[in-house]
Amino acid sequence: MNISTLALPELRHRLKDTGIFLQTGTFITHLKTTIPGVAEGIRLLYADYPLIKHLDFADFHVSLTYPRNLRRWLKPQVQFLFDGKPPFKPLPADQAFPMLEWGLNWCVSSHANRYLIIHAAVIEKNGYAAVLPAPPGSGKSTLCAALVCRGWRLLSDELTLIQIRDGKIIPLPRPISLKNQSIDIIKNYAPDTILSQKISDTIKGTVAHMKPPTDSIIRSDEAAKAAWVIFPKYQSGTPASLKKLSQSRTFIRIADNAFNYSLLGVKGYETLVGVVGASQCYDFTYSSLDDAIETFSALKPQVSSK
Amino acid sequence: MDLADWDLLLRQARSSNLLARIHSLLINKDLIDYVPPKPREHLEWTSAIAERQIKAVHWEIAMIRKALIKTGPVILLKGAAYVMAKLPPAHGRLFSDIDIMVPKDSLHEVEAALMLHGWATTHHDAYDQRYYRRWMHELPPMQHIKRSSVIDVHHAILPETAAVHPSPDKLRDSACMLDGYDDLKIFSPADMVLHSATHLFNESELNNGLRDLVDIDSLLRHFDNLPSFWNILVKRAKELELTRALFYSLRYAKLILHTPVPPSTLDAIKTGRPNQFVLMLMDSLFTRALMPDHLSCSDWLTKTAKRGLYIRGNWLRMPPLMLARHLLHKAFISPKPE
Repeated sequence: MNISTLALPELRHRLKDTGIFLQTGTFITHLKTTIPGVAEGIRLLYADYPLIKHLDFADFHVSLTYPRNLRRWLKPQVQFLFDGKPPFKPLPADQAFPMLEWGLNWCVSSHANRYLIIHAAVIEKNGYAAVLPAPPGSGKSTLCAALVCRGWRLLSDELTLIQIRDGKIIPLPRPISLKNQSIDIIKNYAPDTILSQKISDTIKGTVAHMKPPTDSIIRSDEAAKAAWVIFPKYQSGTPASLKKLSQSRTFIRIADNAFNYSLLGVKGYETLVGVVGASQCYDFTYSSLDDAIETFSALKPQVSSK
Repeated sequence: MDLADWDLLLRQARSSNLLARIHSLLINKDLIDYVPPKPREHLEWTSAIAERQIKAVHWEIAMIRKALIKTGPVILLKGAAYVMAKLPPAHGRLFSDIDIMVPKDSLHEVEAALMLHGWATTHHDAYDQRYYRRWMHELPPMQHIKRSSVIDVHHAILPETAAVHPSPDKLRDSACMLDGYDDLKIFSPADMVLHSATHLFNESELNNGLRDLVDIDSLLRHFDNLPSFWNILVKRAKELELTRALFYSLRYAKLILHTPVPPSTLDAIKTGRPNQFVLMLMDSLFTRALMPDHLSCSDWLTKTAKRGLYIRGNWLRMPPLMLARHLLHKAFISPKPE
C-alpha cells in the first residue's frame, strides 16, 4: 500500500495527529506538520512511497510548523524543527514543501557518517553508477532529471552516499529539485512527468520538485558500483562533449564537493580512492538534452582487470 | 530495551551531547554487539565525529604549544586536560573549544603570542570586551582565522567579582606537569573535580549540564582508587571556598547518576549545605535543568528553572547592582547573536 491510497484530508489529519513515517532509501523519517502545502506536496510527489502505519524507531524526527510568535499570522513563516529544535532560520510559509526537502537533505548530510557524502547527483544503469558532482547552477539537476526520464535509475539528485566499508553507492531517491528555467525545460522534455507547483522568491530562485520514477523508488534497496565520475556543465550552443580527466584531478574536485570528507579522515580518503580508482572521469559540456542522453547511452563501464 | 526505547534514548542523548559517550561506554563494556542495527548505526555516526575531534584536539594543543613556547607552561582545563591525560571523561567527548589557564600577569603576553599565530579575539562589542577583561576570569574567546577553532584563556576559575575566591595561586601550586611534557600541566585530581563542580554550579551555562555532571561522575569513579582521595577532596573544597559547589555536585551526581560517594564524605561536606528552603528550591531547579534538553524530559517548569539558574549563575559571579546592569545590557542593548 502506498501513500497514494490515502485521500488528502486523511493524510493531512495523520500529519497533524500522529505524524507519518517516510522511508527514503535506507532512512526513515517521522514527519509531523499542520501546514497544508506540505501535505499537498507529499500527496503529489511521495504518492508511490510505502504507506507505513507505525514504527518504533525513526532515524529522523522532523516537523514543519508556524512559529510561535507574530510571524504565525503576520507575513506567515514556516520553521523546520529537528527533534523539536530549529537548525535554520524560518522561511516564508509558501516555501514549506521546499523547506522540507532541504531539511531532509540536511538531516542526512549532517549525520550519516557511515557514508562519504558527496554533493552530487547519481544515476544508474545495469548496476553501474554515474556520479555527477557539480556546484549549483551547472545544470546537474536538469541533466539528472532528463536522464531519469530516459531510462536511468535515480539514486539521488543531490546527495551521493558512498558506503565506507565497501565503496558501494546507496540510493536515496527523493523528489528532484529543479530551479528557474530548468522547470519549463523538463516540463517540455518529459510532458508526462509530475511536477509540483512553482515556488518563487526562494534563496535558490524559483523552485519546483519533480516526482521520481516509480521504478527508482521500488528499487531503492539496490546499491550500485561507481563506474563514471562526470562533471556536467551546461554551455549554450556547445555540442555534447566528454573530456577525459585524470583520476588525481577528479579526486581533488570530488573531495571539494564532499560534506564530510575531512571528518572521515583516512577512511574518507580510502573510500574516495576506491571510487575514483574504479571510475572513468570526465568533464562534460552540453547544450542539448537529447545530445546529452545520447552521450550517456554510449557510456561503457571499464572492465576490471582484477 | 526495545526499538522504541532506543529511539527515545538516542534523541535524549543527542540533545545532551552524550551520544558518542554512550557508544564509547558500550564499546568499553563489550556490549556494542547487542545493540540493534538501526540504533547502532546512529551511534557509529557520532563516534566518527568524536574520533575526528580527538585528533583535532591533539593538533590544536600542538599548535598552542608552538604559539606559547616562550610564555611558560600552561594549565589545560576540562576536556583538553581529560584528553591529554587520558582520563575517562575524554571517551566519546564532543568539543567546542580548548580551555587553558595562565597567570594573570602573563595574559597580555599570551594574548599577543596567540594573535601572532593566527587567533583573533571575538566579542567585538565594546561592552563585552570590557566585561571580560575587567571583571571576568578569562579573556574573550579567541578564534583561529584559518582553523576556526576557539581557545578560552583563563587566569582563574571564577571571576574576581564572584562571591567565593578559589585562589588561582593555590590551584597553580598543586598543578602537575603532564607525563611526557614540560610545558603542559593539569590540575591535581581534587582540583579537577572542584573545577568541574564550580563550572557547573557556580556559572550560568547549563547547556551541557548533564554532560558536565557525567564528567564529575566519571572523574569521581576514576579517582576513587587514589589513597585518601575523598578526604583530600573535602579538605581542598574548604581551602578553595568551594564547599557549596562540591555539596551540589555530590548530591546530584549521587541522585541522578548513582555515583558511589562514601557516606563519610557526604557527612563531611554538609558544611557546604545551604538552608532547607534554599535546598528545596535548588533541588527543584537543578533536577529539571540537569535533564537532557529534550521535550520528553521537560515539564512546564523546565524553562523557568533554566532561566532562574541563568540568573543565579550571574548572581554568583557579580554584585547585585553590577548584575542588574549586566542583565539589562544583555537583554536590550547588546547586539543579538545571529
